[in-house]
Parts: sequence; structure tokens; C-alpha cells
Amino acid sequence: MVQPLDTLTETASQTAGPYVHIGCLPSFTGIEGVYPEDLGRSPIAEGAAGERITIRGHIYDATGWALRDAMIESWQADAAGRYPGQAGADPAVTGFARFACDGESGEWRLDTVKPGPVRGRGGQVWAPHIALWIVARGINIGLQTRIYFAGDDHASDPLLARIEQRPRVETLMARPEGEGAWRFDIRLRGEGETVFLDL
Amino acid sequence: MSGALRPRRREIHPRPYDPAYKTSVTRAPALPLLSMESTPSEETGPRFGHSLIGPRDADLIHNFTGNPAIGERIRVHGRVLDEAGRPVPETLLEVWQANAGGRYRHVKDGYTAPLDPNFGGCGRCLTDGEGRYEFMTVKPGAYPWPNGPNDWRPAHIHVSVFGHAFGQRLITQMYFEGDPLIARCPIAQTVRDRAQLDRLVAPLDMGESRGMDYLAYKFDIVLRGRRRSVFEGEM
Ligand SMILES: [Fe+3]
Repeated sequence: MVQPLDTLTETASQTAGPYVHIGCLPSFTGIEGVYPEDLGRSPIAEGAAGERITIRGHIYDATGWALRDAMIESWQADAAGRYPGQAGADPAVTGFARFACDGESGEWRLDTVKPGPVRGRGGQVWAPHIALWIVARGINIGLQTRIYFAGDDHASDPLLARIEQRPRVETLMARPEGEGAWRFDIRLRGEGETVFLDL
Repeated sequence: MSGALRPRRREIHPRPYDPAYKTSVTRAPALPLLSMESTPSEETGPRFGHSLIGPRDADLIHNFTGNPAIGERIRVHGRVLDEAGRPVPETLLEVWQANAGGRYRHVKDGYTAPLDPNFGGCGRCLTDGEGRYEFMTVKPGAYPWPNGPNDWRPAHIHVSVFGHAFGQRLITQMYFEGDPLIARCPIAQTVRDRAQLDRLVAPLDMGESRGMDYLAYKFDIVLRGRRRSVFEGEM
């Protein structure tokens, strides 16, 4: 035997289930009056600096069916690449949003500002991206992925560089579809499967 | 900014693909996750202040209409810690659950058990300076769900925790001591490691119960920790 490590173990995840909206987006599911409004309605406030963008997409399962019951959370830097709480961060950017797939069409939508490149340890620079966390019935542990933007300079992004199968990089690229409008579809499993992250 | 997050120990979590939980078969990634050291996107995260929390947010018995919900009155309490055993203070915890009959207030829930007009089913609170939290609610009922021919969920409360970093984000479920349905539930059993599943089962805590008022259950939660920073001032 050896000395024990003096660490605890993370609590195991469980699926958020089909009724995640009750706890996380109660107004969305018709439960009014408990909270004044749902948390994470917008990642930006009036006056946020930067380019306004709208991202829309679907989440497809292995059969190509668009999920109607998933919830997504997003977290991002401001237009200058600073996160809320960091020195000089834009006070009008909270950075956090929560949104659900539409119960009829399955489409989700995020209105925000385009984040700037982010500086990390050792002088690394991450191309503009929005971190996503996806939960739903059938997803036993929340799925992490990222939205990058087609057309940006991705040559030195350390995460994208780690993707061995280069065609899979495309699964992390939002595609432009008009002025300030982007599309980002997520494929949970099978052909065109999105790159999911463990970091 | 603080150091990198400790890598997630995926083996203690449920298997993403588990044929006994049928929906996971079409929704679990087939390809390996891309693993690397956390970055600022995972090491920072949203923070919520006390101004968010209303006076009845943590009282699910009364927070829907003001009139009390029907059911066994319980107090759920515990601490949120990180893997180093440090409390996680001032972090947002959200809960949701079925009513005492096992019915959710949700358009998609068609179980025959009735809605309770005075039970909404959601609550939230911030942990205090020592990572402690508590809420009052009614014990949820077990409910059937379409999976196998006769699958029932054990009584459970869904729990969502933020921590201080987006990479710590966790949703789990709290079960109740002594429930025979836990061993029969395909969702609970997605956690293959028995010791880890046991940690999702809250013990009855008579010491924190109150006579003629409520029973207490204790549920501690551990979030991912940070690696100690080797090079001070590097970032
Ligand atoms: Fe449930």
C-alpha cells in the first residue's frame, strides 16, 4: 500500500432528464411567479461593445432527429477577449446564457456579441469562441463543445490544432448565413459527429 | 486567474452510452472526447449574487402560490466542496423535482398522478461562506417512465451546481436512503461504480430533523478542483 492522496472525488453526474426546464428555465415551461425571470436570458446588456450576432442551430441525435428537449448553456469572453471579473472586462457582458431547443422545431437561438481572441497560460491565444454545455434526457454527463467562427484566423488555436482528423474541425465552425447571422448545428453521434471536449 | 482544473475522472461518472437507458443510445457521442488542459473558458465562469435570490426561492413548499404543497415535509442540506476538500462558497444551486405524487409540472408529463396546485417544483439558493446550503421541500414521489416495460424512477431531486468555473458545471440527482427502486433504476445504474452511486444517496439525518415539523436529509456535493499552480505569476 501507499499513502492515500488527500483528495475527494467529484460527485457523479446524472442526466438532467426531460424536465430540466422546470429547474433551469421555469418560465420557458410555463411555471411563472417563482422567479422574476429565467436565469441567463442574455449574455449581454444594453451598451455591450462589439459586433452583435445571432447564432441558430439544431441538435441532432444519431438518427438525424432534432432534439426538442435539450438545454444549452454558453459562456464567453467580451469583444476584447476578457471574461467577466477580469480586469478591464466590459461591464455590459455577463458572458453567460441559457437557452432551450424549441419544443416544436428543435431550433435554438443565441443573441450575443462576437467574443475576441482569448489569452491563456504561456502566451497561448485562443481564436474567438463560445463555450457550450449541453444537457438533456439521455445525456448522462453534460457535453462540452465550442463554437468557433468560420473565416477567423484559426492557425494558432491550440485546441483546433489538437484535432487529428482535420475534417472534424469543421464541426466546431459556425457558418455565416447573412449579416451578423450564423448557424451552428450539433450532431451528438454518428456521421458528422461534433467534436466534444474533455477539459 | 487560478490554476488549471484537475482532469475529470470519467470512470467515476455514468457511462454515456448505456443500452439499459435507451435514450442514451442515440444521444451519446461514439467518438472519443478531445482531452486537453483547461483554458480560460473553463477556468472562469458565471457568478451570481445574493440579489438574485428571493426570500422564498429555497422553500419549495411555499414558493409557487404561497399556500403549502401537500407531502412529507423535508429539509435537504449539505455542503459543496471541491476535490481538495475546500468549501465552494457563494455558488448557485438549483433543484427541481416531481410533487409528492410523482408528477412534474411539465407539459410532457402525462403520468396519472395529479398535479398539486400549490407545488411548482423548482428552487434555488446560494451556498454560504462555508459552502453550506439548505432548502425545504416535500419528498417527491416515485414515478413510472417509458423505457423498459415497467421502469420506475426512485424518488429523486435533480440538483444543478455552478461552482466558480464553467468547467466545474455539474447536474446530478439526489436519491433517498433505503429506496428499493434505486437498484432497479436504469438511470441510477448508469453509474457503474457502486461506491459512487452510494454517494448520490442522501442519508436520513435525524440530528437535523425537527420534531412535529420535518425530516432532514444530508447531501454533500464535490466539484472538480484546481491543480496547484506550479509557476506563480505565469498567468
Ligand atoms: Fe426526474
